[in-house]
Amino acid sequence: MRRLFLITTVLFFILSQPVYALKVREFHLKNGLKLLVIENHKAPIATFQVWYRIGSRNEQRGKTGISHLLEHMMFKGTKNYGPKTFSRTIQKNGGIDNAFTTKDYTMYYENLSSDRIELAMKLEADRMQNLLLSPEDVKYERSVVMEERRMRYEDDPQSLLYEELIAAAFKVHPYHNPVIGWMDDIASLSADDLRRHYQTYYRPDNAVVIVAGDVSAEQVYELVRKYFGSIKPAKKPLCKVRITREPGQRGKRIVYLKKEAELPYLLMAYHVPSYPERDAAALDVLSTIVSGKSGLLYRDLVRKKKIALSAFASYSGLNKDPFLFFFGGTPVPGKTAEELLEAMKKEIEYLKTNPPTERELQKARNQVEATFIMGQDSIFFQAELVGMFEMIGDWHLIDQYLKDIRSVTPQDVLDVAKRYFNDENLTIGILVPDKRGKDK
Amino acid sequence: MKRAVYLFIGVLLVLLLISPSFAFDAHREVLPDGMVLLHSEQPYLPVVHVVVLLKASPFDEPPDKAGLANLTAELLMEGTDSRTSEQISEEVEFIGAELDASASRDYTTISLSVLKKHLKKGMELLSDVLLNPSFREDEIERKKELIIGSLKRSEEDPSFVASRAFRKALYGTEHPYGRLVRGSVETLKNITREDIVKFYKDHYLPGNAIVAVVGDISLSDAKGLIKRYFSGWHGRVSPEKKTCRVRKRFKRTIITIDRDLKQATVLLGHLAVKRTNPDYYALQVMNYILGGGGFASRLMTRIREDLGLAYDVYSFFTSSKDVGFFQVGVQTKNPSASDVIEIILKEMKRIQSQPVSDEELSDAKAYLTGSFPRRIDTMDKIARFLVLTEFYGLGLNYDKDYIRLINSVTKQDIQRVAKKYLHPEGYTLVVVGKIKETGIK
Repeated sequence: MRRLFLITTVLFFILSQPVYALKVREFHLKNGLKLLVIENHKAPIATFQVWYRIGSRNEQRGKTGISHLLEHMMFKGTKNYGPKTFSRTIQKNGGIDNAFTTKDYTMYYENLSSDRIELAMKLEADRMQNLLLSPEDVKYERSVVMEERRMRYEDDPQSLLYEELIAAAFKVHPYHNPVIGWMDDIASLSADDLRRHYQTYYRPDNAVVIVAGDVSAEQVYELVRKYFGSIKPAKKPLCKVRITREPGQRGKRIVYLKKEAELPYLLMAYHVPSYPERDAAALDVLSTIVSGKSGLLYRDLVRKKKIALSAFASYSGLNKDPFLFFFGGTPVPGKTAEELLEAMKKEIEYLKTNPPTERELQKARNQVEATFIMGQDSIFFQAELVGMFEMIGDWHLIDQYLKDIRSVTPQDVLDVAKRYFNDENLTIGILVPDKRGKDK
Repeated sequence: MKRAVYLFIGVLLVLLLISPSFAFDAHREVLPDGMVLLHSEQPYLPVVHVVVLLKASPFDEPPDKAGLANLTAELLMEGTDSRTSEQISEEVEFIGAELDASASRDYTTISLSVLKKHLKKGMELLSDVLLNPSFREDEIERKKELIIGSLKRSEEDPSFVASRAFRKALYGTEHPYGRLVRGSVETLKNITREDIVKFYKDHYLPGNAIVAVVGDISLSDAKGLIKRYFSGWHGRVSPEKKTCRVRKRFKRTIITIDRDLKQATVLLGHLAVKRTNPDYYALQVMNYILGGGGFASRLMTRIREDLGLAYDVYSFFTSSKDVGFFQVGVQTKNPSASDVIEIILKEMKRIQSQPVSDEELSDAKAYLTGSFPRRIDTMDKIARFLVLTEFYGLGLNYDKDYIRLINSVTKQDIQRVAKKYLHPEGYTLVVVGKIKETGIK
């Protein structure tokens, strides 16, 4: 359903054991397309994924949301297959398909029984080069996306606060813009805009195909060559849009959002580096340690002080550019967001003065290990993991990341807390509930 | 000609899917104390999943103490005779395991996912929370406050508000399907520690339990595990009480809830069938064509693809122990709500009055049968699949039966069940949004 573009804050940890390490085979086509295959024979199914290195990060002012709208248009037919064909064809073969757009990339996938995988290749190779993009279809799909925006943001106070917070934390870097785009921009995107975007970024040397499941790597390579090999390489090198770097923050920022809601909501964000920068692993371990029911935030804010209904910390280092470390939560009825903010700050101060215990660190390692091994039960997760690392640079980084996570010390965790959790580096978002009139 | 081709593909699919290479072997055994043990060995990863399903649900709670089943389940994790709540979560999280207890409409589940090397510790924790919960007074109060807070937060979600009103209109609050599993602020206040202890004693019994053990573990090891960790679990199940009756009424009812929102959340539907109804399979195929099949469905094609009126529109029939319901759901900008509702009703009438096309029928069957392997493609899904097929009495061969039953559905069946179970005149409609802008009265 062309869903979900947000959720960049997916929990994300990895650690491998030699036996259960991912075995990835890498292939290259002459036109620049990269292919990664992970064989997994436990069930007769496979996932076929195409990742394009294009997301809202690459968008220009006035055209925000174009990557996401183009993702929608990718289901609206090609010169060879009419509209309303793509998903139907996959579904009547027992499969399911979808796609999502993030700030850094756009990903399309089909999950099928493994003997049907050729179908996905045929359709994906086709829409990489032959998309219709009729103005009539664009008109309707634009209104679909506007409905999506109303549903996900305009009518959801917590998501809207997130959008406000990000926009305040990034003044000039394109992470400022929501992936779905600003309403006014969405309404103005034309078929010509989309065609330009499509021709610029949807090319074999800007795409990675990832296949996981009950397949043979050699056979997949042959088939991918058959379907994607005939796509002409792009004539010009990929034009790189210059991305404005975000200057260092020099003072606390606070945004308020007034909206019909039952309870206040608090979000806090500190600018932090992304992987493979050095501190990323320690930040990841830190977020793991304070999370969960046995983590500091639940223990103190929910259980002991009874000030929060829920409290969380969240960090993912898998971004192309430096992003944010989040804290947040909902105060219990009767408490304000400001009170929760004060309590949260005390916890953060605690983290800046007390290194974690050896047992806490071991707990984080164990959780990372379990998540990684259990995650391998899903071929989709396996492929996605490889893809996410590939998008930030190179899938081989997975191995390095595992090592980095394992080598994090209590002092490292303390150091990153001290280095980044400072007021001048902080943006705060507060949802102020606007009382509604009585219904019923 | 076309039909023949599709049929052929259909047959081919079925043959492929039931090939023995995939059908997983499951073992079923009733233990002396009445517990049903289900086991499937999946040696691909050093992981074990255990799911305990208990026949304990909101059916077993009085309406003025709604939320009792859920509160009891959630409190399992909040302290035992030998462990505090903090100790439980710390020990579980230290080994990277997941241990959760929750109640749903028809049953309660306690599930454990754990690496094989920590299996003993995991089982020790599972059996401790299941057999020795302490239900401490302070934990009860704490939990109630959290649930009340979460209910308040839910009020911000238009889908939640709409769904609660929809269920209440269909079932009334006497029937558990008409209430929230979490209960309400008022009913939670009525629940005492004695209620919880009694609920636990009456329903958390081996004879009420279905246990699935799935993963890197042999049958004899699984049995050994159950023997060792559940040996202290005794008690006899008293005969099931009569469930309250659902009054089937099909009278057009419109409920509007005014909120300052850009979109109207629309739910439209009515009562339908129990999971055990033999027409369940024909209904699944019919519903796929109507609104269950995503982009292959008529509602999505019309409302999203042709008209751009919504991001998502769906329909479903619930599968439940007692009489379930049919529901169509959609969110659209307030001024489009009336148009969308009209389209929904038109499509409900169309599928009653005209047979579906050959292509629609074969596509629906091909999807429902062809996607089946993906419903059981992880250990966790297999474990849930096993306890639920047992609970709903679908049999150990359900994976094969399902495919046969779906494939036996005809065009005539579809029209018959559409006529019998869809009520485009006698529906309940709930709209949450800026009502004035929707033009709905």
